[in-house]
Amino acid sequence: MRRALAAVALLLAGTAQADSSLPASPLAYTQLPDPAQEAQAKALMETLRCLVCQGQSIADSDADMAGEMRALVRQRVAAGERPAQVRKWLMDRYGDYVTYDPPLSWVTAPLWIAPLLLLGIGLFLARRLFRRRTA
Amino acid sequence: MKKLLIWLPLALFVLVFALVMNGLIQPSDRIVRSAMVGKPLPAMHLPPMLADKPGIDAKDFATGKPRLLNIFASWCIPCVAEAPQLLKLKQAGAEIDAIAVRDTTPDVQAFLARNGDPYTRIGDDHAMRAQLSLGSSGVPETFVIDSHGVIVDQHVGDIRAEDVPKLLAALEKAK
Amino acid sequence: MIAEAGLAALWLATAFAIAQLLLGAAAARAADPAAMLGGVRKIALVQALFALAAFLILIWLFVTSDMSVLLVAENSHSQKPMLYKVAGAWGNHEGSMLLWVTVLAVAGAGVALFERRLVAETLAATLAAQAAIAIGFYAFLAFASNPFARLNPAPVDGQGLNPLLQDPGLAFHPPTLYLGYVGLSVAFSFAVAALVMRDVGPAFAKAMRPWVLAAWIFLTIGITAGSYWAYYELGWGGWWFWDPVENASLMPWLAATALLHSVNVLATRDGLRAWTLMLAVVAFSMSMVGTFLVRSGILVSVHSFAVDPTRGTFLLALLGLYIGGALVLYGARVGTVTQGATFQFVSREAALVLNNLLLSVILGVVLIGTLYPLVAQAMGVQLSIGAPFFEKTAVPIALFLFAGTAAGPLLRWRRDSAQALLGRLTIPVAITGVAFALFFALSGGGSPIAVLVLALAFGLAAASIAPLWKRKLRRTPLPVWGMVVAHLGVAVSLSGMAADTLWKQERLAAVAVGDNLQVGPFKVTLAEVRPTVGPNWSAMEARLQVQRGAGAPFELLPQQRFFANPPTNTSEAAIATLWDGQVYTVLGAPDGAGRWQLRLWWKPFVTLIWFGGGLIALGGAVSLAGRVLRARRDAREEEWA
Repeated sequence: MRRALAAVALLLAGTAQADSSLPASPLAYTQLPDPAQEAQAKALMETLRCLVCQGQSIADSDADMAGEMRALVRQRVAAGERPAQVRKWLMDRYGDYVTYDPPLSWVTAPLWIAPLLLLGIGLFLARRLFRRRTA
Repeated sequence: MKKLLIWLPLALFVLVFALVMNGLIQPSDRIVRSAMVGKPLPAMHLPPMLADKPGIDAKDFATGKPRLLNIFASWCIPCVAEAPQLLKLKQAGAEIDAIAVRDTTPDVQAFLARNGDPYTRIGDDHAMRAQLSLGSSGVPETFVIDSHGVIVDQHVGDIRAEDVPKLLAALEKAK
Repeated sequence: MIAEAGLAALWLATAFAIAQLLLGAAAARAADPAAMLGGVRKIALVQALFALAAFLILIWLFVTSDMSVLLVAENSHSQKPMLYKVAGAWGNHEGSMLLWVTVLAVAGAGVALFERRLVAETLAATLAAQAAIAIGFYAFLAFASNPFARLNPAPVDGQGLNPLLQDPGLAFHPPTLYLGYVGLSVAFSFAVAALVMRDVGPAFAKAMRPWVLAAWIFLTIGITAGSYWAYYELGWGGWWFWDPVENASLMPWLAATALLHSVNVLATRDGLRAWTLMLAVVAFSMSMVGTFLVRSGILVSVHSFAVDPTRGTFLLALLGLYIGGALVLYGARVGTVTQGATFQFVSREAALVLNNLLLSVILGVVLIGTLYPLVAQAMGVQLSIGAPFFEKTAVPIALFLFAGTAAGPLLRWRRDSAQALLGRLTIPVAITGVAFALFFALSGGGSPIAVLVLALAFGLAAASIAPLWKRKLRRTPLPVWGMVVAHLGVAVSLSGMAADTLWKQERLAAVAVGDNLQVGPFKVTLAEVRPTVGPNWSAMEARLQVQRGAGAPFELLPQQRFFANPPTNTSEAAIATLWDGQVYTVLGAPDGAGRWQLRLWWKPFVTLIWFGGGLIALGGAVSLAGRVLRARRDAREEEWA
């Protein structure tokens, strides 16, 4: 009994007020009733960056803002928006930083071309190791 | 050709080294800025947070006078630090509206009673929707809205004493 | 007093490292290297003993909660459980850096003690190179990261260890990871010695091989342990996040895997000389780059240590010195190392070249993806690169790699025929085809790539076992068994990843006490939520009753924990491991209306991911045993001859 009381006392004293005490929006922690829409929303959430975290998607974060962004995504998908539209809405507001899928542009062109380039260079280098033997 | 290939790894390393050194010297700006600066204030309608002050409506911003839009919360500690600067701005003639993020009326009342009330209007943004639509990523932040309702500047973080003249100048420019 | 002894031990280790460098270099150029080699070996041993002493002293300081030492005051607390007092010694930047150099010294001592096959002058050069690396990092510790710095006046108690680190994972993941990561320094030193002494060939490869294997085994275990730790600690059921620090551990592993395979070509056919040397340099270079990335704060990561730009600069300087130096040496000397054999298109060697090529491309892609945000930053743009990028680039290339993993062991050395190969691949390909059709039908619209990976995993499993077909199993050499087990481990791990991706079920809801939820085939009832306490935390604990169909119900107890030192919340997931998967449960916050948020997952066959990782490491161990036993037998036969 005393241990339980001590625990409760610690609980009440422990949390520092650096975050809201309001409970999160329901859709931050609840799924959409339509499984297909929920799957679409989930897939999108895993590619959106939590803006107040140290490198996590909003699907993987306990932060307040991440929860509200999840609620926003779910609400819009449930209302019929396509995930790409929701993504664009967020990118219009936060720039390319908010998406983990860097859009193709002059800045990211070297990034996306790199795999093909590396394959090409690798194959070229490997060619020199082989010699065609005439029978 | 073989010579070129042999020295290629070193060349690539030097490139990466320079890149990383640049990254170390210029510490990366971890602040996420809004991409809405330069665009009109997005449509928003927030119910009033307090009984005696109106809420926020985007239509109220294209009135011909530039305004400051301050995003704050009673649970936000730097907001306490910037409260005196906001009062100074108000005294200098700036019109300041506020969006209270994920807050409750009694908490906001207590905050304003403790720290002063520079606000003309306070909107209740309990689900962070207005904050997200503005491209704001935390509290406190302050946006400068010009006389046509276009966002012309964003100040991320609490307002310090040295920022007050800059904001006043921004408001002048935005007329 | 004891802390000063620790610092003194570190300085002594540095002194012996300098002696090792000078004497080793002299021995390598002496007329009779073997005579001086004995001395170099002993010095390496003493250096390791002093480094180990410093590390043990640090652990002692943590165990006794000596708050007059700054590191202990910042990272420990007298009420912490003993396991975390010990493991907390390396749960911070300075302590883990001390572990780093200790492993470096011990690895060097290992070479000094056990390496018998390498020619004397090359061994002397190797030990000298190893000492050269150690000196730089000892200097880093002494001047920029002193673990033994004092704090005056000493506080009454410490600030405690980050609760996320108060977990058995901290006892396993860093030590095994560092044994692997830093163990690759041996391969690096071997390569540098080979370039300096112009001694590259099958004998060199056979000597280097066990050291590469040993480091690779530990690295595999370290990454597997880290993945499982993140999986159950972070509370959202993910097992790989393409986070910069995770990538920093993956890159040396990719290089080491490629090195492991190319060193076999060098040992068997005296081919891929330049390539093997380059990989040996790259592997440890990636380790050092990883060390830099984690501690410099240059990239944002969940796993970053505390950030300090001066430390970053020092580490960068060391990187420039060692990697730049090795690459200059490579450029200058590799031309004199003759090309070696050339290969036929259809042969085991060709498959290993393909393996190396694909692994290197994947390594390059991961490196570019991890560092590109810095490029964008230089252009004034903020970018985020994560799973979507790597899944579109590295994963497709990896699929070809897995196909090659199936075909490679079925090819003969020197020359084989394409027709014969296709014949041997008939069964695996057929299995893949059938599996694809079956799982595609069962996938219910899930990712086709995941279905393909699962089908490939089945085909790969069959192809892995194929080399044992029609062989006398008792007479089959251990390295062949090792290859079979390791490749099988890859297949098992892949099947776990695919199964989890395709068939995991998630359920998030706010539940009142007494209500129940369905997740997959399980009914989960929230029986009660009650407060509870631990040694240095208090928690709200949910009692969940879980039942599959009409089976026996079991309980799971997820918690929301509150720590006082430092004040933080963590979420402790409760996981039930069944034969066909895991039930993963997390307790969230109350929703303000008397209900509790619950996050529930049913993850079929997800444990295969880490079981496969264990198999891969086991395969390596079996191979290593085979090589070591064979070497001993050869040495004895030589004695008797």
